Amino acid sequence: MLKTLSLFLVLMAVWLLLSGIYTPLITGFGVGSCLLSALIAYRMDVVDREGHPLHLGPRIITYWAWLFVEIFKANIDVAKCVLFPQKYLRPSIFTVTASQKSDLGRVIYANSITLTPGTVTVDLDGNQVMVHSMTEVSAEGIKSGDMDRRVTKVMEEA
Amino acid sequence: MELVLDIATWILMLAGSLLLLITGYGLLRLPDLYTRIHAGGMADTLATFLIFIGLALQSGFTLVTAKLLLVLVFVFFTSPTSSYALAQASFVAGLKPKLDGFGPVKKTDDDA
Repeated sequence: MLKTLSLFLVLMAVWLLLSGIYTPLITGFGVGSCLLSALIAYRMDVVDREGHPLHLGPRIITYWAWLFVEIFKANIDVAKCVLFPQKYLRPSIFTVTASQKSDLGRVIYANSITLTPGTVTVDLDGNQVMVHSMTEVSAEGIKSGDMDRRVTKVMEEA
Repeated sequence: MELVLDIATWILMLAGSLLLLITGYGLLRLPDLYTRIHAGGMADTLATFLIFIGLALQSGFTLVTAKLLLVLVFVFFTSPTSSYALAQASFVAGLKPKLDGFGPVKKTDDDA
């Protein structure tokens, strides 16, 4: 029930940010629709640790900051590769093991790999992640397991 | 102050546009579907980020900026999912990635 309440508050915050019109009638509609959405989500039993992962809290923010720096570096890497393919283009495909136990953790890991240009998750089977990478640098980045460890730390599943 | 913001916007948006240009070039030039997905990844991530931050600098501290940042967050959540769907579908359909024939050409005995 506490999760449903926090879902309502999050929905309400997003609604207020997107609306911009704060007359009583419109805001009333906003409260009504957020309440209805929260109730339906509660009835459908989708307000759990996976559907509303508030417990990740501030740790996911620091992870995003780290991920953004990685994305920045990877973008420069891929741009170089596109401009000078003879020198940098070395596609490879390999499998790494994800150390996260929950589905949510594995999805965060696999999506982080895909979000970083130069590496794409091709297949996710159990804890085996098949990755297609574009350059040697990007392949090394995944094989070193740094991202895997950080996601596991965010999920607190060490 | 206005001038500084304008210059920053110019720099950010031009850098983003340059990345989009490289992305388009990569989509045409790279050898197979999987490597082209990588090129598309640039447009989804840093190019979008640079252009949206440039726009946010112009709109200032308003609700428009909040909306721009929300769109950015949604793009960052959905684009890897669509890339994965594309890569996974081609892999399941049996499309083999092109893995060799890159880099310096090794001379074999037949070449003489």
